Amino acid sequence: MKSVKSILAGATLALGLGGAAYAEDPLKVGFVYVGPIGDFGWSYEHDQGRLAVVEHFGDAVETSYVESVPEGADAERVLTQMALSGHDLIFTTSFGYMDPTINVAAKFPDVKFEHATGYKNADNVSTYSARFYEGRAVLGTIAGHMTETNQVGYIASFPIPEVIRGINSAYIHAQKVNPDVEFKIVWVYTWFDPAKEADAATALIEQGVDVIMQHTDSPAAMTIAEERGIMAFGQASDMAQFGPTARLSSIIDDWAPYYIARTQAVIDGTWESTSTWDGIKEGMVEIGEFSDRVPAEVQAEAQAISDSIVSGEYHAFTGPLNKQDGSVWLAEGETADDGTLAGMDFYVEGVEGDIPN
Amino acid sequence: MIRLEKRATPSKQWSLAAPLLAVLLTMIAGGFMFAALGKDPVEAIRLIFWDPILGEFADYFRPQLLVKAGPLILIAIGLSLGFRAGIWNIGAEGQYIMGAIFGAAVGLAFYPAELWIIFPLMVIAGAVGGTLWAMIPAILKTKFNTNEILTSLMLVYIAQEILKSMANGLLKNPEGHGFPGSRNLAHYSASSNPELIAGTGMHWGVVAAFIAVIAAYILLSRHILGFQIRLTGESPRAARFASVRPNLLIVICMGLSGGLAGLAGLFEVTGPAGQITDKFNVGYGFTAIIVAFLGRLNPIGILLAGLLMALTYIGGEMAQLQLSIPAAAIQAFQGMLLFFLLAMDVLTNFRIRFGREAA
Repeated sequence: MKSVKSILAGATLALGLGGAAYAEDPLKVGFVYVGPIGDFGWSYEHDQGRLAVVEHFGDAVETSYVESVPEGADAERVLTQMALSGHDLIFTTSFGYMDPTINVAAKFPDVKFEHATGYKNADNVSTYSARFYEGRAVLGTIAGHMTETNQVGYIASFPIPEVIRGINSAYIHAQKVNPDVEFKIVWVYTWFDPAKEADAATALIEQGVDVIMQHTDSPAAMTIAEERGIMAFGQASDMAQFGPTARLSSIIDDWAPYYIARTQAVIDGTWESTSTWDGIKEGMVEIGEFSDRVPAEVQAEAQAISDSIVSGEYHAFTGPLNKQDGSVWLAEGETADDGTLAGMDFYVEGVEGDIPN
Repeated sequence: MIRLEKRATPSKQWSLAAPLLAVLLTMIAGGFMFAALGKDPVEAIRLIFWDPILGEFADYFRPQLLVKAGPLILIAIGLSLGFRAGIWNIGAEGQYIMGAIFGAAVGLAFYPAELWIIFPLMVIAGAVGGTLWAMIPAILKTKFNTNEILTSLMLVYIAQEILKSMANGLLKNPEGHGFPGSRNLAHYSASSNPELIAGTGMHWGVVAAFIAVIAAYILLSRHILGFQIRLTGESPRAARFASVRPNLLIVICMGLSGGLAGLAGLFEVTGPAGQITDKFNVGYGFTAIIVAFLGRLNPIGILLAGLLMALTYIGGEMAQLQLSIPAAAIQAFQGMLLFFLLAMDVLTNFRIRFGREAA
């Protein structure tokens, strides 16, 4: 019996030769999504990025995707399926695909892989993520101004650095414009579970919250906010249709520029393994239109923060900032380095409660 | 006028024909669904049922069928024993999770020691974890006469919460940058459950599934316990006269199904999945219920049903990839399979009569 290794080696060889012999063939680009493309959040926006690639390159590329792929063994099989069927570039768009991506990439050295939000690279595996905390600085500013009860609710997914960064950034900027503001944080331990997210939103409202921020992907909380007449922000996608009155603004993930650039790099033969962490400036993080409900001066202030982040004048984590326990984190004027941000496992001073572990 | 007349005994022929007919009807109804979605139905059905076995890259997918079917078969065999006796363990998903947690915890406790004994200890811990979790509904039923369908199902949700807590706390990889998830057990040779023969997909879990099929077959056809299980299911009154102790039977059936589900979880977490993560379980415990019924609660039937189910998963992914069929349509397709099977069961238990009922 032929071993899998030799079959795979044969397949990759065939791919390599195929690439050289039929340079005219469209580049095959694959996408693996953790949720359904109709989640109106995370996976939806990645698929929007895919569609942008299709629009940009036309017949020069051929894209395909598999949605709702569980992280783990199933992801590894789907990735192998994609590599075997001749994909040249594969985007794996969830953190849990990290080990499967690395495993499959090792078997297909000629296929390029792009893993979102992870930290493991290889010669043919790049990683990319967005500086969502920049967007949260803008939304936090709006939340601080808009809350009347001084209670902002935050639906958090998992206690990982990315989410903790978002909470800290939102809190720092809300507190800057409203020293009385308090954050109530609910951990739901899921990225996408409309029922749980709705429950969390309801529980927060019962506790007197009148603005909800979220770091989960479904529009459930937005829908509840609309029903109960409070305010909320779109997450990952704009979500305006779910809360025409409730929505103040949104953080939109815009993967299109990155996906187009990386596809172009493969076509040009200039693709290299990189670690990308882009923000508002590069367009990976986009702030959705401010609602009319937000007063003009608040809009101007939020816009100013966004502009100063883009110009590089301002960093969302600028001292003086203390950690929750009161110890000094950043001195006056000091800004956080990427290493600390990447591994952030503490709240800043003023955030109540403990990070669960 | 068409009416149904109950058969004195279920028809043997229909019992065998029903699954085949159900698959055929699923292909037809599924084909219509795919056509309604604007996809080529023939191509879709071919991708789902043909390509993984005999298509271009079948050398890779055939072993994957075993990897996917292994846990389904292992769990379904255990469940079928209870189901035959009218003991409804719906919570195999929870027992699967607990088996994985127990086994992984043992393996991680030894990390980074390299001793041959570690993996066998993990296997035992996996079986113990699943069995203990199944003992909760078993004892609740025997002592307090609670409904095991409800308690075993509710325990799944508790197991999921424990899993989340483990992935984010006790079993979290200390070198994992704060992300949830344990160390990768498959990358640590003392605890890994690798392919035994390269290119076959055979890992210890698949071996265990085959052993379970044979053992269950012998148990049901040759052993007194198998006789008692069958008798209890078919005629509880007769079983009492035959000195079957119902409470003991509940404990044995729940324990066996829990133990096998726990083993499936352990083999999965040490092999294909690699780590305990908050989403480690992907529904094998629930899908195995379908597999058990699709296989007519018969060991050989379950073996085939498990492979068929695995085929629809792998083929379904191919259809998604190549024809952009939405994942939800593939799930609906799998749902149709069970729906038609249950519908076909009518023919096993009833006879269709035309004309008026005789007076």
